[in-house]
Amino acid sequence: MPVAKEKLLDLYRTMVRIRRFEERVSEEFAAGNIPGSVHVYIGEEAVATGAIAHLRKDDYIMSTHRGHGHLVAKGGKMNLMMAELFAKQTGYCLGKGGSMHIADLDIGMLGAAGIVGSGIPIATGAGLSARIRGTDQVTICFFGDGASNIGRFHEGINMASIWKLPVIFLCENNLWAVSVPTSTSLAIQDIADRGVAYGIPGVVVDGQDVMAVYEAVGEAVTRAKKGEGPTLVEAKTYRYRGHFEGDAGTYRPREEIEKWLARDPINIFREQLTKTQMLTEKQVAEIDKEALEEVAKAVQFAKESPFPKPEETLDNVYA
Amino acid sequence: MREINLREALGEAIAEEMERDPAVFIIGEDVGKMGGLMGEIGGLYDKYGAEKVRDTPLSEAAILGAAIGAAITGLRPIARMRFCDFMGIAWDEVLNQMTKMRYMFGGKIKVPLTMDALSGAGRRSAAQHSQSLEGMFMCIPGLKIVLPSNARDAKGLLKTAIRDDNPVLFLEHKRLMWGGPKSEVPDGEYTVPFGQAEIKREGSDVTVVATAYMVHRALDAAEKLQQEKDISLEIVDPRTIVPFDKETVLNSVKKTGRLVVFTEECATGSFAGQVAAIVADEGFDYLDAPIKRVNAPDTPVPYGIILEDFWMPDENQLIKAINEITS
Ligand SMILES: Cc1ncc(C[n+]2csc(CCOP(=O)(O)OP(=O)(O)O)c2C)c(N)n1
Repeated sequence: MPVAKEKLLDLYRTMVRIRRFEERVSEEFAAGNIPGSVHVYIGEEAVATGAIAHLRKDDYIMSTHRGHGHLVAKGGKMNLMMAELFAKQTGYCLGKGGSMHIADLDIGMLGAAGIVGSGIPIATGAGLSARIRGTDQVTICFFGDGASNIGRFHEGINMASIWKLPVIFLCENNLWAVSVPTSTSLAIQDIADRGVAYGIPGVVVDGQDVMAVYEAVGEAVTRAKKGEGPTLVEAKTYRYRGHFEGDAGTYRPREEIEKWLARDPINIFREQLTKTQMLTEKQVAEIDKEALEEVAKAVQFAKESPFPKPEETLDNVYA
Repeated sequence: MREINLREALGEAIAEEMERDPAVFIIGEDVGKMGGLMGEIGGLYDKYGAEKVRDTPLSEAAILGAAIGAAITGLRPIARMRFCDFMGIAWDEVLNQMTKMRYMFGGKIKVPLTMDALSGAGRRSAAQHSQSLEGMFMCIPGLKIVLPSNARDAKGLLKTAIRDDNPVLFLEHKRLMWGGPKSEVPDGEYTVPFGQAEIKREGSDVTVVATAYMVHRALDAAEKLQQEKDISLEIVDPRTIVPFDKETVLNSVKKTGRLVVFTEECATGSFAGQVAAIVADEGFDYLDAPIKRVNAPDTPVPYGIILEDFWMPDENQLIKAINEITS
């Protein structure tokens, strides 16, 4: 199915915005402005972007510890994100959550997850909720290859499958869970194969190719909306940086890193778009400039915002 | 007034809340056709169907995880966890998810989720089906914990739990669910607020704070002591341990000058220890004698009548402790 030019540009813009945001996060972390741990999404932008492009504002996503890209793609506000990372009172979570705990229910972002794999059954519950409330909302649940070995993967996907819930389980297989490669943590090549165990389609997709992700998730969303149940989509991708900022990542072979750097999702898509005259050099520069400005404003907002007062520690335990 | 037991009270509360609010639904094992282990929610499956009385696979983590996902997206799940001992399987959902979301997301999310589970010993069910784990759950800020001792309280408290916008753990003592004493319950609609202890028997010599099934044993002991030794016990039932009504306890101790905390937990890390600490801290001047705790030994719960009866705190142990601080 042909995709409208405006949509293609949106996809490109989203990927660039995520990249520029994450690059700046990395810098600000190194400069000591972000007190807590951050896991950036550089290299994996095509996955969140291609997948979330199918969602409405009131559809849901369940994110991970590597969640900034998901949130940007879902329409999260960069200034509130950056302020949260800076632990400021104006941040998404009033400075109480940090990088791994941002939620924004107004845009269907159910939360990032500091406990690997914990989001899977919660996403099943969001799907159940849509079913019981009689809406056509879908939920995309992001998780990593590491998370696919947590027991909740089994319980959560099985439950969604038996009830044919409108949930897309999107495994971002970046080949590493911190220093553990999938070659030693999985006895199979493709996590998607596990779909068989739950009687659902398991689809492998090139996670560096935003249009491939877009297509595969599009089919999964259609299936979900038709009441046919979940799909397990496995996007093969790579994180370009260490597991967390500050991790030198020396456990990964140089050749492997280079191989994946050569398949940068933004470069791949830019080439596709410029080759077909969908995108001009001028637009490329403009999109980049706008993204940099948006990020710069977010940083300025974060820097100028006040810290929470110590006593605010005591608020927000109970509703 | 009509009399029902705690099991019937639970069924009534859930049925009434489902009737009242279409956002309420049930999720758990054997909740459908079977209507719960004791048929306590019988009839609801026929009325609401599999959609809202949702039988699950054996997946405790996914039951609670799915309940969380539903709670944050507009529903009010009742997750039936069967035995509190099984909640270890879904520990992360309790420890890191439902109780943390509101706080770590900056107060922007509500988690209106009720979990109910059987707790307590006395049914010869051995170590993995008999524990009183409220002390462990109590350590998790963000959770409310209800420990009803009778049908009237149970019904009103469970209705309050289902309407609450926070995660609530509702623990049903087995001795009160199977058989168990009946109590008078109003016909019409009523709720019982959280954080309000009730004085189950007024007295002047010793305050006994007791929870769940131990309230009944405390009342028996009070009767006996009154008749045999003319010692007057005041029995305070907190009903919810989080939030905890310390004022009622402190006022009672102010009057009696003596406190025994009588619960079925292992003593270490218990709610009983917390009550003792609060009274030592804030009510020291009222005390005429050391605070006593009568709890279970720090062992797993044993099987069989001989061993389990030895393990469970009873009237004789309570009376012994009271004798120590009144003679
Ligand atoms: C339950 C749990 N175990 C371990 C960790 C520590 N940890 C944080 S991220 C991570 C690796 C996760 O790998 P994966 O799911 O593949 O995601 P990636 O970091 O590669 O994006 C680990 C082990 C955790 N946060 N939670």
